[in-house]
Amino acid sequence: MNIFQLEIQLVAIVVAAACALPGTFLALKQMAMMSDAISHAILPGIVIGFFLTQNLSSPILILGGGAAGLLTVILVEWIRKNSLVREDAAIGLVFSTLFAIGVILIAYFTRDIHIDTDAVLLGELAFTPFDRLILAGYDLGPQALYATGIVALFCTGFILLFYKELKLATFDRALCATLGFLPGLLHYVLMGFISVTAVTAFNAVGSILVVALMVGPPASAYLMTNRLGWMLSLSVLLGITAAITGYWMAHFLDASIAGCMAAMIGIQFAVLFCIAPEQGVLAAYRRKRNQKWQFAIQMLAIHLLQHENTPEAALECRVDHLQDHLAWDVSFAEGVVSRAESKNLLRSAGDYLALTDAGRSLAREAITQT
Amino acid sequence: MEQLLADYTVRTVTLGTVILGVVSGALGTFAVLRRQSLLGDAISHAALPGIGIVFLLTGTKASLILMVGAGIAGWVATTAILLITMTTRIKYDSALGLTLSVFFGIGLILLTFIQKLPNANQSGLDSFLFGQAASLVVADVITMTSLGGLVLMILLLFWKEFKLLSFDPEFARSLVLPVRWLDISLTTLLVITIVIGLQTVGVVLMSAMIIAPAAAARQWTDSLGPMTFIAMAIGALSGVGGVMLSTATSNLPTGPTIVVCAGGIVVVSMLIAPRHGVVWRWIFRMIKNRKLQSEAVLLDLFELARKHDDLEYPHMETALRVIYPRAGTLYRQLRGLEGKGWVKMHQHGAWALTPRGIQMCSELLQKRIG
Repeated sequence: MNIFQLEIQLVAIVVAAACALPGTFLALKQMAMMSDAISHAILPGIVIGFFLTQNLSSPILILGGGAAGLLTVILVEWIRKNSLVREDAAIGLVFSTLFAIGVILIAYFTRDIHIDTDAVLLGELAFTPFDRLILAGYDLGPQALYATGIVALFCTGFILLFYKELKLATFDRALCATLGFLPGLLHYVLMGFISVTAVTAFNAVGSILVVALMVGPPASAYLMTNRLGWMLSLSVLLGITAAITGYWMAHFLDASIAGCMAAMIGIQFAVLFCIAPEQGVLAAYRRKRNQKWQFAIQMLAIHLLQHENTPEAALECRVDHLQDHLAWDVSFAEGVVSRAESKNLLRSAGDYLALTDAGRSLAREAITQT
Repeated sequence: MEQLLADYTVRTVTLGTVILGVVSGALGTFAVLRRQSLLGDAISHAALPGIGIVFLLTGTKASLILMVGAGIAGWVATTAILLITMTTRIKYDSALGLTLSVFFGIGLILLTFIQKLPNANQSGLDSFLFGQAASLVVADVITMTSLGGLVLMILLLFWKEFKLLSFDPEFARSLVLPVRWLDISLTTLLVITIVIGLQTVGVVLMSAMIIAPAAAARQWTDSLGPMTFIAMAIGALSGVGGVMLSTATSNLPTGPTIVVCAGGIVVVSMLIAPRHGVVWRWIFRMIKNRKLQSEAVLLDLFELARKHDDLEYPHMETALRVIYPRAGTLYRQLRGLEGKGWVKMHQHGAWALTPRGIQMCSELLQKRIG
């Protein structure tokens, strides 16, 4: 692994962390598509910033992009309030129109500069080591690393400092407002962070990877945990893992780095979608199957309890009778009996089934429950 | 000769964009009403891997075959979004963002493979990404017309079913309509519409073509039929406007110009549409405020006069000004009331009710109490 590869991965890790943190709050607020909107809508801000400075790595670009991001949030809010369409339509309208304005600005005012729509949409992580930060003659590493690092630090600081306020604003906005914590202001600050992250990340990773990193890891983490703190750390961890594995996938396939990282995020999600405890598809399947057996055992216990110590007991409390009475086929009935036996709920003597005390109390409980 | 050729190209491009505007306006109406505005964005991004796979397999750049690939990929993405939201607690917005970015990422990987093919000149594929309205040829327009015509015909055929599905799916289910199938077919129509437009306006701007005409049309009417027609007209208008503007001005790309036209129409509609428009509501509120204010002045005069046992007792304007500190407003109100013959001015700027004004007051009071 040479120094360039290391630097590319470092940038990717920092970007992944910077995206996952605000992304978690977006996912919980059900505004994940704002990341898509903002990462596209910053284009005109970047272009205007570039006209002013003629430099693609100037801080003015970050200001311009951040302003465009906030403009998106404000416009979405204005359209939602003043028209009859819902928020999703407002989001779609604003970002695509702003993006179109950005494309027109590029095409109309510039003929041959190295800023184009491909760069914004797709990014090129492989080029980040070529933009060095040089201070007083010393080469301090790629510029993108510092830019995204500062944003990530600020974002982490903001979240640590206002953790409980953000949590409250996310889960109970009304209570947050009642307690005087200004959920609206918190919302705008969060959106500001998303804009700034998107701008600093844009020429490194492209807007699509920004969306993938902001939406994907939090969605995967949401499958794994119910706690905000865990979700935040897990999102960062998953984002970083996807960034590193995606980088090596791109290395071996010799393909687009941003594309491979997005694909890794998809693979990560698909795996967790299957195997996540509680939320995963497999867990849901197992839970359903267990419920089926549990219910059958209850049925059997109730049936046995009803006929215990009655004249028909010898006839009713037999395994082969269950087929007629409960409409169970032979193998299912045997499965139920053996499961119940292993749980010490009943004893079988030949074909005859007798409840234990534990079995009786289970049956009584089931009857009183219903 | 050159003039004629240019004209011919412009005619072809205009025809293509008009067809796109009409079809996307009609389907967009349903998408916006069914809260699927951003689904269009996801579908258009997700189309990329489909286009890539079809190109890798067949090596063709024929738009119809690439459209089939795009359509299948878009449809798979829609299914994935549905699966995620139905089986886990992940919300619609996160599912959209995740699917969109992951599919697009896979598309980017495929694009890097395509670039490496020795005989591949991927310019035809680029136009699917960013749109190349100016490169539309007659064959494209014919494809667009036939597919668009098909979409519109199906929409017309199942009009009332789709209408019911959009506004009251529960009622539709109770009528034993195949709601699931209707849902799938309407979404499929949306996928086809997006695929038609990709080549003209590109991935990002296609979502504006879906949302903008419908959002603008929503401001002008409250019923589905007229809304669909207005959306189709606005779609066509933005198409024509975009092509005209971009041909008249050099360096203006067609796709983004169409989108900015559509966005402009949305803003204008939001401002001036009767009943729902911002300006309209503002004027309405002004008129209402004026009326309430002048009624208040009239009733205050009545109240003051009652204390003198003479309902026509004149009061100095200065006395009234204690109640209405803004002199100009009060004077205007009094003049207005005088014009209606409800008050009249005595000497020294004293105002008194007329018999008709007194009658008006008792009517107003009765209305307010009763």
